[in-house]
Amino acid sequence: MLSFDKVTKSFGANTAVQAASFTVDRPMMIGIIGRSGAGKSTLLRILNRLTDATTGAITFEGMNVTALRGSAKRNWQAQCAMIFQQFNLVPRMDVVSNVLHGTLNRRSTLTSMFNLFPDADITRAIDILDRLGIAEHAPKRAEALSGGQQQRVAIARALMQDPRLILADEPIASLDPMNAQVVMQSLRDIHEQDGRTVIANLHTLDTARQFCDRVIGMRDGRIVFDGTPEQLTTGVARDIYGADASFSEAATSTRIETLGTTRPRRPEPAEAL
Amino acid sequence: MTDIAGSATRVADIQAAYLAQARSKRVMNLILIVIFAALLIAGFRTADRRNAGGFWDGLPNILDFPADVIGEAIERAHLLPGYLIKYLPSLIETINIAGASTLLGAMAGLVMSLLVTRGLGPVPWLVGPLRRVLDILRAVPEIVIALVLIFMLGGGPVPAMIAIALHTTGALGKLFSEVNENASLRPVEGLASVGATWTQRMLLGVVPQVAPNYLSYALLRFEINIRASAILGFVGAGGIGYDLRNTMSWGAGKFDEAAAIFLLLFLSIVAVDQMSSILRHRLTHGAKPGEIHR
Repeated sequence: MLSFDKVTKSFGANTAVQAASFTVDRPMMIGIIGRSGAGKSTLLRILNRLTDATTGAITFEGMNVTALRGSAKRNWQAQCAMIFQQFNLVPRMDVVSNVLHGTLNRRSTLTSMFNLFPDADITRAIDILDRLGIAEHAPKRAEALSGGQQQRVAIARALMQDPRLILADEPIASLDPMNAQVVMQSLRDIHEQDGRTVIANLHTLDTARQFCDRVIGMRDGRIVFDGTPEQLTTGVARDIYGADASFSEAATSTRIETLGTTRPRRPEPAEAL
Repeated sequence: MTDIAGSATRVADIQAAYLAQARSKRVMNLILIVIFAALLIAGFRTADRRNAGGFWDGLPNILDFPADVIGEAIERAHLLPGYLIKYLPSLIETINIAGASTLLGAMAGLVMSLLVTRGLGPVPWLVGPLRRVLDILRAVPEIVIALVLIFMLGGGPVPAMIAIALHTTGALGKLFSEVNENASLRPVEGLASVGATWTQRMLLGVVPQVAPNYLSYALLRFEINIRASAILGFVGAGGIGYDLRNTMSWGAGKFDEAAAIFLLLFLSIVAVDQMSSILRHRLTHGAKPGEIHR
């Protein structure tokens, strides 16, 4: 379905991503973990074509994504929604308008300039907001919402795109543990109910373990681990983070329960629903 | 079940309310666009009727003067370098007037801007009156101030400099204070917490945040002032404007010298523009490492 073939990105002398190759054969939820600066964000940005790869190719269902130009590229971006750490909403516009921005690829510049969206799209936007539990904030300005709510608006914008893929770049890094839980659960629900592939950059191990079907570990631009959460032992995690024996998973945890305990618990699949 | 039904009607309510709001917004926008277009067309027709010569008849002649100037300049292009050197001293005088007035105006404007920014000004009740002072400085055309000062002080660059500096104070005071409004108050609060005076808080807390914007507004003003001081030359304030008036009044056949003066003005505006982007870049991104010692 989706495959990366030796994707490399260099910024001058620095290499952010070094010959990244992996294949996704069915819709799943993938977590990419690694230290800050390991190349996780660059990898997602290359997939969304916000950044161009220096060499290598990405193929999605036979289409070479890295070679797309102009409207074909924008069309791909509409199918491959992106969620950002800092939400990247338009702060002074209302929540529904921000969600409607998900349809911009299908709208002409003139109608979007006058904010003319079809009633059906407006109804659908509010339905999506309701699915994420924030319908009552629909007419408010995006900037008036809390971080967790803004991130859910960003997810609603992504869903409005009706995308094949959802990319989430550190979606919970600026949220408190409660909101982080809600946002990750929403992403998991979207994967399970709609069958969309979700790829999320995470910097906490337990989140990756709890919500993802597959974990990819990156270190200094290279993919150093690719497997199931069960295969991600503490030893492997130490290698990914380049840490010594004093490293404990609780150190990177954002879960409330782990604050007092030493070992996070992996919930049963039923619980993750 | 009742809960689900309740939430469904709630969402339907939200959708209905938002759709109603969106529709009324669209109607309002449409009305505003229609009014705008009507005013634009009506205004244009009125202006065209009152125009002495008739707008449409005069339109084809609009390029005659530039065509004459350029035509003669090309015809006598070999004389151009001589003219450029001949008028360089007047250009320097004009740029000097603009530079001095921008510097004085920007300094006064900086102080005024901090005094008239709500939330920053040390004397809240002075904010309104001082803003009106800035309004007056902007309202009086600089050519009027220059004429009055030339009458009192005699012709020369000093009256022009004062006139432009006063206008610059008014303009930059307003622009700077708008920049100040967007500055974060957190550094100011941080400095207040260590016991800094108002002047210290402003100089060390606000100015570093807004300096790049100040600089770009000041340099834009410098460009405008070069042109303004050239215009004031027409009324006897010296500089390149005086020469431009003379060459233009000599009429056809002498436009090549006017072209040389236009060229000099254009080149100096380009130079200021380039300088502006280089300085701004250095201020926002810092000097390249190693560049300082070279």
